[in-house]
Amino acid sequence: MVVIDSSRLEGAYLDHAATTPVDPEVVEAMLPYLQGHYANPSGIYRSAREVRRSLDEAHESVAQALGARPEELVFTGSGTEADNFAVIGVANARTTDGPTRLLVSAIEHHAVLRPAEELGAELLAVTPEGVLDLVALQAVLDERVALVSVMAVNNEVGTEQPIATIRELVRAHSPEALLHTDAIQALPWYDLAELTAGCDLVSVSAHKVGGPKGVGALVVREQARTRCTPVMLGGQQERGWRAGTENVAGIIGFAAALARTVERRAATIVRVAALRDRLIARIDAHPGGVIELTTRAHRHPGIAHLHIPGIDQEELLLALDARGVAASAGSACASGALDPSHVLLAMGRSLAVARSSIRLSLGTTTTVDEVEYAATALLSAVDQLRA
Amino acid sequence: MRILVAMSGGVDSSVAAALLVDAGHEVVGATMKLWGGAGDSGCCSVADVADARRVADHLGIDHHVFNFTESFNAHVVDPYVEAHRQGATPNPCIECNRHLKFDAFLDRARRLGFEAIATGHYARVIAKEDGHFALTRGEDPKKDQSYVLSMLTQEQLRHLLLPIGEMEKSATREYARSRGLRTAEKPESQEVCFIASHTKGVGRGSFLQERIALHAGTVIERESGVKQGEVPAIELVTIGQRRGIGTANSGRPRYVVDVDLARRQVIVGDQDDLLVDGYEINSWTFVDAPLAMGAEVLVQASAHGRALPARLTPLGVTLHAPSRRIAPGQIVACYLGDHVVASGVIAR
Repeated sequence: MVVIDSSRLEGAYLDHAATTPVDPEVVEAMLPYLQGHYANPSGIYRSAREVRRSLDEAHESVAQALGARPEELVFTGSGTEADNFAVIGVANARTTDGPTRLLVSAIEHHAVLRPAEELGAELLAVTPEGVLDLVALQAVLDERVALVSVMAVNNEVGTEQPIATIRELVRAHSPEALLHTDAIQALPWYDLAELTAGCDLVSVSAHKVGGPKGVGALVVREQARTRCTPVMLGGQQERGWRAGTENVAGIIGFAAALARTVERRAATIVRVAALRDRLIARIDAHPGGVIELTTRAHRHPGIAHLHIPGIDQEELLLALDARGVAASAGSACASGALDPSHVLLAMGRSLAVARSSIRLSLGTTTTVDEVEYAATALLSAVDQLRA
Repeated sequence: MRILVAMSGGVDSSVAAALLVDAGHEVVGATMKLWGGAGDSGCCSVADVADARRVADHLGIDHHVFNFTESFNAHVVDPYVEAHRQGATPNPCIECNRHLKFDAFLDRARRLGFEAIATGHYARVIAKEDGHFALTRGEDPKKDQSYVLSMLTQEQLRHLLLPIGEMEKSATREYARSRGLRTAEKPESQEVCFIASHTKGVGRGSFLQERIALHAGTVIERESGVKQGEVPAIELVTIGQRRGIGTANSGRPRYVVDVDLARRQVIVGDQDDLLVDGYEINSWTFVDAPLAMGAEVLVQASAHGRALPARLTPLGVTLHAPSRRIAPGQIVACYLGDHVVASGVIAR
């Protein structure tokens, strides 16, 4: 096995929005459930009951961090599964005499967009700044709407969505609709109890907050339970809401990671926002040319989304990779090639702009040295490609 | 040397990469994603990308996927469709080579700091004493692919390596086996990569049908002017064709000798009626210095067609002996001996 010690490599990891390094304390918390406590928590024997107790504690602690009751929280196999669960679960629960329309924002993650597309959902427009168009939303809301899904924070450009206002509009014009919010990118940066208060369905994921991959969760509030059905059927795990033997170590890791994230969040925001601003200042000061911020709308501290006219994003990412800088753009298709960002296209950007934009995303482990290194690498890569 | 190898996921480009690695070069592999449409076949499928990536892993080199779908649409697919609408029969593989492999791909390689690109074509690039480069046929006459590279120019040849050009196909497969490459026994891809079908005619028809209006045509006997039958889509009929034109019961083989799109007529005749004394050619490209009028060359009008003696004229070439007509849009490669010297497009 090849062990890569990333601390010894020169470079910078600026793709925290894709995934975050697992916190060593989280690994510590998970290890007992990979090494010793192997029992299936559904068992009736002592070792199973011990695992069950740890799972119950994880349920309680994650639920509390999300402002939900433990019985409202359903662990899933990923953030994508949580999003699919919300959209498909609501669509499947529709009745012939009830509301049927599904509305999702055009800048949702594919985990929402793809199932929504399959189910014939309507897309909600966004402004050029990457924020849901509230006038357009109000115009399409009516009593026939069954689901409105708008992410709390966009994963590509980082814009915060006006969830509280959206909720008021939905309640006023579509009283029977459920409001789902994909809060996966919001989780590291916002108090979800506050941000997603009153949302009926909330998706989160562990690996964006220093937890392991392969664990997500959906909050299904009490009032939503009759209007959203389980998607994964089988055993009675998660009180019948999500069949399948629990990913015990993953769930324990999620709880540990989220607890640490919440504890440090205020300090992290201040520190990372300063690093992000430092990165942008370095880029802004470059004499050679134009690098534009995609949006200056209210956005979370971890993202700098850039448009670099005349530069192909694939080439820039490879030139950055050659310098040890990890960054990303758009989303990868099945073959691994980059597709132009549907988010930028929904914001009214041209294909050419979408093809020349990249995302740098910072996180808890980002250092001043990394930011300085990345800024220098970015500017030299841009100069190389423009030469 | 820092070399970017275009890896399609087939055995030829796999071996091209392996040879360069084994020769001690600094090699990176890249697969072009060219087609975003429904057809997951041919040179841009997910499975082929996976093969290329795993071969690269096996060789211990980096591998990337380049998304060139928009460029491919603009330079290959759209012109292919438009040519059919105008009754021409284009060669999309050559246009792909011209605009993607040896233009967009090479440009990207240069910007990313590579000194050269390499592909798995059976042809050879030879550095001449005057600093120029010659393009010649590959070692294996049955596999020679110099025809599909005939539109290359000095600026491209200067940065191009063709590592398997010296090899026979059997030796390529043997090298792949000895190197443990997973593509060693992979069959050749023959289809037009963006058309998803194993039956070429049917696939092409349904592909074009979704994009342009196809028109029924009348099949007319050349000499008598008598109607022989009908074809459902005149845009799909190619000069030289003898099947699928409703003349199976005419007692003797009938060949399409002309397609008159304006009058929706397919003219059929004997094989001899196809014979012409020369080709009208436009859009010449020259591998090096332009050829002089009157130059004696060998002309080849398909990937593995016969090379026919001919003389360059202001309008195209005059053949020394009559030969079959070539459909408009097809490419003619000119050779001096084994050296490719020019490439042109058959005029309408």
